[in-house]
Amino acid sequence: MWDGVGDFIAMGGHGPYVWGSYGVFAALLIAEVLLLGRQRRRTRAMLVRRCRRQVAAQSHWGPES
Amino acid sequence: MTKRQKRLTLVVGVLAGLVIATALILNAFRDSMVFFVTPSEVMAMTELPERKFRIGGLVESGSVVRADDSAKVSFRVTDTARSVVVTYDGILPDLFREGQGVVAEGWIDTEGTFHADKVLARHDEEYMPAEAQAAIERAGHPPGAGQEY
Amino acid sequence: MLPRRIPWLTFAAPRNFHALVQALAPWLVRGAVVLAIAGLYTGFFVAPPDYQQGNSYRILFIHVPTAWMGMFLYLLMAMYAVIHLVWRIKMADVMARCLAPTGALMTFVALWTGALWGAPTWGTFWVWDARLTSTLVLLFLYLGYMALRSAVDDREKGGRAASLLALVGVVNVPIIYFSVEWWHTLHQGMSVTLTSAPSMAPSMFTALLLMTGACWLYCAAVTLRRAQVDVLEREADTQWVRDVVQRREVNGVSRPGAAVADESAAVREEGRS
Repeated sequence: MWDGVGDFIAMGGHGPYVWGSYGVFAALLIAEVLLLGRQRRRTRAMLVRRCRRQVAAQSHWGPES
Repeated sequence: MTKRQKRLTLVVGVLAGLVIATALILNAFRDSMVFFVTPSEVMAMTELPERKFRIGGLVESGSVVRADDSAKVSFRVTDTARSVVVTYDGILPDLFREGQGVVAEGWIDTEGTFHADKVLARHDEEYMPAEAQAAIERAGHPPGAGQEY
Repeated sequence: MLPRRIPWLTFAAPRNFHALVQALAPWLVRGAVVLAIAGLYTGFFVAPPDYQQGNSYRILFIHVPTAWMGMFLYLLMAMYAVIHLVWRIKMADVMARCLAPTGALMTFVALWTGALWGAPTWGTFWVWDARLTSTLVLLFLYLGYMALRSAVDDREKGGRAASLLALVGVVNVPIIYFSVEWWHTLHQGMSVTLTSAPSMAPSMFTALLLMTGACWLYCAAVTLRRAQVDVLEREADTQWVRDVVQRREVNGVSRPGAAVADESAAVREEGRS
């Protein structure tokens, strides 16, 4: 259907519109996934810190009965 | 009634009230929420609108006349029942075709000619490959013929 | 013997919800990637150019799915808002909150791609017709919902106010959907309805369906993951979260599969006891 890569990119003269649509969509999806990943890592780190603190406190004071 | 039932009644009541209110508002603004009027509606107007408005319909086949020395163009917009002559001086959108949908913004003079200062193409909801379209035309059913306005 | 829990409330319990997402999300992501690849291939290499628009119509393969998801996610959000308001189920509020950003993203993309599609076909990026205006209102509803939540410090109160807003805004969704039938709009009518055959070539329709599936799975994966993080934060001081964290510490974060297996085993055990 396409006459080489150049023809594909050109999209029959509508390249900027088509790739402007797909590009922005892809960029926003990537941004959302990255932001979510960062949030997940932060939360996990926070939970691990809390957990270690508690384990440390328990070993110092002895296990809670 | 328990607290939960009360809350449910409240939420359902609020939603029902909202739906009714919205329906009433939409009904009241029915005419002014219209993006364009059809040629038949223009013909039925008792007095000419002073403000700019938009008319929409199909570009009548064979009605497009382009000036030789300028970008001026005139064509008829039809809703298959009535039609209005539109004149325009400017660049038409890619999808401006005879037999296809169009919306023109401008004013109408006492002669009944519509002077557009903006022309937008309106496309139908049919998507098909060129070969399929050619086959349909051979069979004598031009696309857009089923479009209603 | 105690009566069994009502099954549909099982995942309203944060612990079960966490395990569910842990098991489900990787599959949702894989499904989304597979469908997206198939959809893009069909959309760009199988579906022919449109007889009128040429190749610009290929924007449809993301414009329509994102517009559908924008509306669908709002309906879901409103449904969770009702459950939150009436039954005061915390998980419903978490779900509503986590749907909003993705819904806003989808609606924005629908508007953006619509503008870029409108420019070459209609001859304008934007008009104030009923379809476009009501979709813009949808975006503002999402943004308003999120702003309201972050504006109120009290989580509980902010959540309730936002739920009410989500509920009120739901009348906009049928207006968007039916606007092209109720009024003359520049936007064309529906190509795909539940009641009649789609008015597009089969290969185009296949690409549209694949991309819609991909969008749906993506939205499900992202909102569930977001809700999972939210749940972990809210429940940070509970024993089950500590258990989850400790198990991960022992198994090592680099082996998420093991942690998942452990968790679901733990949940099964709890179900038996």
